[in-house]
Amino acid sequence: MPFEWFVAIRYLREGRVQTLLILAAVSVGVSVIVFLSALINGLQTSLLKQTLGTQPHITLVPAELVARPLFAATTVAATTIEKSPQRLQSINQWPTVLEQVERVPGVVAASHTVTGAAFATRGVAEKPVLVHGVDPERFLSVIDVRSKMKAGHFRVSGDGVVIGVGLANLLGLAIGDKLRLSTTLGADALVVVRGIFDLGSKDVNERWVISTLRVAQTLFDLPAGASSLELRVASVFDADTIAQDLAERTGLEANSWMKVNAQLLVGLRSQSNSKVMIQFFVVIAVALGIASVLIVSVVQKSREIGILRAVGTPASRVLRVFLIQGGLLGLTGSITGCALGALFAKFFQTLASNADGSPIFPVELSPGLFAGASALAILIGLGSALLPARRAARLDPGEAIRHG
Amino acid sequence: MADAQPVLQVEQLVKEYGDGVVTRVLHGIDLQLQRGELVALIGPSGSGKSTLLNLIGLLDRPTSGRVVLQGKDTQGLDDRALTQLRGETLGFVFQFHHLLPAFTAQENVMLPAYAHAGQPSAAMRERAAEMLRAVGLAAKITTRITDLSGGQQQRVAIARALAHDPPLVLADEPTGNLDTASADEVFELMRRFNAERGTSFLVVTHDPRIAVRCARVIEIVDGRIAR
Repeated sequence: MPFEWFVAIRYLREGRVQTLLILAAVSVGVSVIVFLSALINGLQTSLLKQTLGTQPHITLVPAELVARPLFAATTVAATTIEKSPQRLQSINQWPTVLEQVERVPGVVAASHTVTGAAFATRGVAEKPVLVHGVDPERFLSVIDVRSKMKAGHFRVSGDGVVIGVGLANLLGLAIGDKLRLSTTLGADALVVVRGIFDLGSKDVNERWVISTLRVAQTLFDLPAGASSLELRVASVFDADTIAQDLAERTGLEANSWMKVNAQLLVGLRSQSNSKVMIQFFVVIAVALGIASVLIVSVVQKSREIGILRAVGTPASRVLRVFLIQGGLLGLTGSITGCALGALFAKFFQTLASNADGSPIFPVELSPGLFAGASALAILIGLGSALLPARRAARLDPGEAIRHG
Repeated sequence: MADAQPVLQVEQLVKEYGDGVVTRVLHGIDLQLQRGELVALIGPSGSGKSTLLNLIGLLDRPTSGRVVLQGKDTQGLDDRALTQLRGETLGFVFQFHHLLPAFTAQENVMLPAYAHAGQPSAAMRERAAEMLRAVGLAAKITTRITDLSGGQQQRVAIARALAHDPPLVLADEPTGNLDTASADEVFELMRRFNAERGTSFLVVTHDPRIAVRCARVIEIVDGRIAR
């Protein structure tokens, strides 16, 4: 074993109580970091998954209709210009636009849809619904409904539709039942329920009817049209940037999930910030702990350090003896800390569980988290050992031997 | 003796302490030690003995004057070079509590070589054990320092000082804090090594019984050599 390691380990073992106390402190610190990260990352992932499970990352729609005065602006003809009513319009040349946006870097899937409000009636029951006319394969690549089916299959073809569990309950619908969809334009269509899904959102489950494109085109009087393009992007937090890019390229209005869910995003960000804040203070506390223990050790051992120097130990080796002690405290503390943090997280998960025993949200314990926390602890150890180590290396041997 | 070169040569050594009020501890010391000499350095407390020993041991730097070890002038050497020279040419015997308590007798003895090489070797361990047997501690080789008596600890210190066969050993009150019997044992040990190996010893002592048994006695009073 190299000299520095030999001496460092011996010193750590010699100062048993001090070493154990500071190891406990490092462990607690690391466990807080691990636990907090696992909890908040898990929570955020599950929130995001829930949110993005029912909406495309980016939606492209035609720009709003704008009322234009008939006269030149210099002529005062009216004191107010009313906003024109918005009716559902098709995206101009949507097949070309679809092809274009699919090629934009970062976009992984695109689906053209006709989406509009309608009424669903069965017998005397009537409910307002949102009809999504889609190309099934394309739609599924943007929003995965197939894995969320509760009954039947995702069979959207001909007059077949799939609806949410909420709507099925409200109207008393089962697989194979017929349903009438009608719009304020006076158009209506008779469709058959082929599947029932549960996307985890009450609003979506009670409102969504997914039909073929053709059914929706007929209902909303948009023959061969598409009212919106829905996209999925590779990295969800890039959605805003990509949306801006798309808006410039196509002249359409591009809404990213980040804009639609601004509130959620603010929540997630402040959660992350508070996590970083707490971890920062934990790091400071751990660093101060290690540093103070090592400073005391240098003072206690200054005569021994002087003797080591007197018998020919270079200052650089003395420096390393104390750096290694700091690094070892960090490493050992991080191993027990990771185990402790994982244990806390698992325990917490069992506390916060649904009625059926499954966790409300899974804590995220990844190898990366452990590696990161350990690397951080070792760095803290080395960093906080720097000051004491330099002090030890700079001790004047003669002085240290006589007065230490 | 074949090489006439002195082991130690001290010329006009001056040491001052303090920035504002300057205290001159040593007033131009001249001193020579030949190979194989056993010299006692005596003098009252505060006379500058320990300061002189620290300067000779390269643990401190003189205000002016020169320390020449084995013909090598130490003036102007940096910390690294001083450390190396110290490790190669000098052995130290301090008072008995100047061993490393966290280590065994053998580890203490091999520490200088270990610190110098960076890695331990079987030869180092064997050499340390051999030295401990030579000072009569064959049964205490793997005993922790804290479990040894004062006299035994001081014998470990001598083994450590001599393990790398230095030409000069500096001993600062090696028998201080020891009872008479142990003090005699320790001194006899030094005299034996001096006779058998020709190692030079410079021994700072308060003990007149030790001083009279040395071939040469240097007395320092008020920072000057009195005799």
